[in-house]
Amino acid sequence: MKKRHIFLAAYIVFALLPIYWMVNMSFKTNQEIVSSFTIFPQHFTFANYLTIFTDRSWYSGYINSLIYVAINTVISVSVALPAAYAFSRYSFLGDKHIFFWLLTNRMTPPAVFLLPFFQLYSTVGLMDTHLAVALAHLVFNVPLAVWILEGFMSGIPREIDETAYIDGYSFPRFFVTIFLPLIKAGVGVAAFFCFMFSWVELLLARTLTSVNAKPIVATMTRTVSASGMDWATLAAAGVLTIVPGAVVIWFVRHYIAKGFAMGRV
Amino acid sequence: MTTTTKPVNQKAWFLILPVFICVAFSAILPLMTVVNYSVQDIISPERRVFVGTEWFAKVMRDGDLHAALWRQLTYSFAVLAIEIPLGIALALSMPATGWKSSAVLVIVALSLLIPWNVVGTIWQIYGRADIGLLGAALKGLGFDYNYTGNATHAWITVLVMDVWHWTPLVALLGYAGLRSIPDAYYQAARIDGASKFAVFRYIQLPKMRGVLMIAVLLRFMDSFMIYTEPFVLTGGGPGNATTFLSQYLTQKAVGQFDLGPAAAFSLIYFLIILLLCFVLYNWMQRVGTADKEVVS
Repeated sequence: MKKRHIFLAAYIVFALLPIYWMVNMSFKTNQEIVSSFTIFPQHFTFANYLTIFTDRSWYSGYINSLIYVAINTVISVSVALPAAYAFSRYSFLGDKHIFFWLLTNRMTPPAVFLLPFFQLYSTVGLMDTHLAVALAHLVFNVPLAVWILEGFMSGIPREIDETAYIDGYSFPRFFVTIFLPLIKAGVGVAAFFCFMFSWVELLLARTLTSVNAKPIVATMTRTVSASGMDWATLAAAGVLTIVPGAVVIWFVRHYIAKGFAMGRV
Repeated sequence: MTTTTKPVNQKAWFLILPVFICVAFSAILPLMTVVNYSVQDIISPERRVFVGTEWFAKVMRDGDLHAALWRQLTYSFAVLAIEIPLGIALALSMPATGWKSSAVLVIVALSLLIPWNVVGTIWQIYGRADIGLLGAALKGLGFDYNYTGNATHAWITVLVMDVWHWTPLVALLGYAGLRSIPDAYYQAARIDGASKFAVFRYIQLPKMRGVLMIAVLLRFMDSFMIYTEPFVLTGGGPGNATTFLSQYLTQKAVGQFDLGPAAAFSLIYFLIILLLCFVLYNWMQRVGTADKEVVS
């Protein structure tokens, strides 16, 4: 065993133990969780998962979250694509300033936007809709998507664009049929990051929704405060929140390794 | 962005327009509201008084805010000091090819995908000495560990939780940087008989510079804005030991409904992050270029 293998193994143990503990809890009864310390569930039960899959107030949370995360990811990536192209290919009045300004939005604490968002979305009548959360999450996802995509696009030589224009391609046709396939990996990575940051955000999602669009992250917090501490159901819900992300990362795992480095290094 | 060879084309603005509209709707409008509040005393929605910079002066003199700011700075720099080297080490030790690399990649990324309040909830139980694995293990080793009662323990627990949660981001970015280094570099180093450290110092580190810059900036911004995890884990306590800036702000804005001071606080908060990011960004750019001169 080399030193790096030992280090890697140690880190994996460190990374997996808390997750194991949650999985472990999700198969226990509440009574067992609170009263005793057990490495394995003594009374193995699926009841917690059953609660989530049969209770509408639980599973609708997942559906709501998936809806606004999907809307957000689609909007973020599709508005970021042309912008990233402009940043990577042309220089224009104020380009650097705009680029940095976009990044500053990534630096704004969601807590700062809490009240204004609440009032803005109340005024335009979007409160408690999926669209409100999706739009609110654009603040941090669009800059990130532009940032990532610009890196990928800068890795593609400009001769490709020029050749296509000489061959008589219009810009939209060139962009969709030639350029987009070239930066597929970048789109995958950007989409993954948008998905991730929108999926895990709690503060804005909770503030902008009440019933119809209530995300799973908010459902979890309220259940805790309402019915005492339902640790077991909470753990099961937590395990289920990892699943969509794990599926997404499995699909983009090759791109993650390859892609980020193109042009950025 | 290197602009030296790019053609000038003002029409490119049209490509930026969609992003501009989106971000304007969800960032500029709210920001204007915040600016507006910060200079008014809002007694009721109908009764507002212009107070100028009074709130700013008040917030600047707020002792609790200073304490929260120092706590936040210490915390953010601790996060960077631990996660960046650890992430680089992790990236270096991850297997490069085969099914093992896929498996390790997914395992390492898992913690990033957990919603932030779930992270807090897991650690809340995980750290309990009576029913949690970490707490029980520490107790078994003879530590008198209690994150709900002891301020230092609470602070360290929040830090360890952050390391667990976010080091993968640094590792993934660093890993991507490493994979992009052509084999020719390593071969040249082998011929020169370069030591492992020399390979790291003069090939791998400079090549990871770009992605590491993203990693440092992202980690700095996000740790400076941390809210959910410590809020769920410790509720900011015991006392004020883990009340970071975001939580202090939320207490002010939502809890006490002090709109004016909260807005002034928001703006100061934002400017601090902006300033620190700007300094970090420029500093890293300089360090990077100095490196390049050594290499070439």
